[in-house]
Amino acid sequence: MSFKEHIFKKSLWLFHYGGASCNNCDIEILDCLTPRYDVERFGIKLVGSIRHADVLLVTGSINKKDKERLLEIYKQAPKPILVVAMGACGCTGGIFAEGNTFAGPVDKIIPVDAYIPGCPPKPEAILAGIVKLVNRRNGK
Amino acid sequence: MTLYFYFLVFPGLLFAAVSGGILSWFDRKVTAWVQFRKGPPFFQPFYDFLKLLLVKETIIPTQGSGAVFLMAPVIALFGATMSAVFILLAAFGINTGFTGDVIVIFYLLNIPAISYIIGAMASGNPLASVGASREIKLIISYELTFLLVVAAVIFKAGMSISLYDIIQAQADHAFIGSLSGIILFIAAIFCIQAKLGLVPFDIAEAETEINHGSFIEYSGSAYAIILLTKYIMLFTLPAFIVVLFMGGLSVTGMGVVYSILKIIAVVLLITLIRNTNPRVKIKQAMRFFFIWMNLLVIIAIVLMWFGL
Repeated sequence: MSFKEHIFKKSLWLFHYGGASCNNCDIEILDCLTPRYDVERFGIKLVGSIRHADVLLVTGSINKKDKERLLEIYKQAPKPILVVAMGACGCTGGIFAEGNTFAGPVDKIIPVDAYIPGCPPKPEAILAGIVKLVNRRNGK
Repeated sequence: MTLYFYFLVFPGLLFAAVSGGILSWFDRKVTAWVQFRKGPPFFQPFYDFLKLLLVKETIIPTQGSGAVFLMAPVIALFGATMSAVFILLAAFGINTGFTGDVIVIFYLLNIPAISYIIGAMASGNPLASVGASREIKLIISYELTFLLVVAAVIFKAGMSISLYDIIQAQADHAFIGSLSGIILFIAAIFCIQAKLGLVPFDIAEAETEINHGSFIEYSGSAYAIILLTKYIMLFTLPAFIVVLFMGGLSVTGMGVVYSILKIIAVVLLITLIRNTNPRVKIKQAMRFFFIWMNLLVIIAIVLMWFGL
């Protein structure tokens, strides 16, 4: 593992992109910041601007309007950027998969590095997803 | 040669940046303790800085002015480092023989904030412009109070505008030991809170409403330099307060322990203020400084007149 990869995985800054989300996933993300789960001990923090982000966290089903914005956000992000699709809607489309306005799950639009399934995923599942993401960067 | 050593290693860039990074970790750790969390690991500020500097891509917005956008963080870093050199040389008891350095420091401490404004304006982002305009209003509000505090300290030290002489004047008893000193100290703490851009005065970079305001377009190495400037300021401004009110720092014997405790006490105070207060509106911040803080400083000057 090189030095650059080591420091990169020690300080992952999250940018949260909410598609047409029902807000359950968003609330579970906030749960990860609370005293019980405290993701700051891994150096993870939420940032408000995509220019500072290392991880693009996508929640909610992506409809036709969201697709353009998601692509735009992805192009604006400084590389290297990791993309995490969260929740059933982000991973597969969930109950919206056959909807009129649905524009495909996240991995049809941009390359995805990790999936966190669940409706909504528990904070433990999110932490497990983060651990898998970090290990994947390790080259395992 | 010594000049380069002073600027680049001790007490300049390297020393101030490392101490500032440690203080930044302390600030985040105390914040975590206040919220019953575990907090980040010790090297977290250095990880953040190195990641931004080495790993991430730097994006220059097409709408903005690239050269100014990239120069602004460098100028901010220069201003912060120069002020660190002037303050810490005097604080560690090295007499540069430069009378009037308090005035120079007062101007140098403004350079980071002004370069943030220039960089934000050059980035061509509407939210950055909002952040810049808020930063300007914040400077207008706290600067007069800060000037009055510095003037009052100069007055207290017997009309000396050399930082070294101000420390010598506190050799017997530090200024914070008197009633007027305590009042001035309170006003100065709120001023550096605003200068550091921490809650309750983080109006210019409000994360939840204007997404980091002035810094929204910065990425990669440019943002790393801004982060470094913030670390240096987090060390320099408490050191300035310690010099003005607590009799400076020392590097001999037990003096090292006392110096570290003084700096940590000031940073702890700032952190606790930032953790127990909500963000104020820009109007409230201006009113707070223009009316209440200026009034407090004037009361302190009147008390000083009566020798309290």
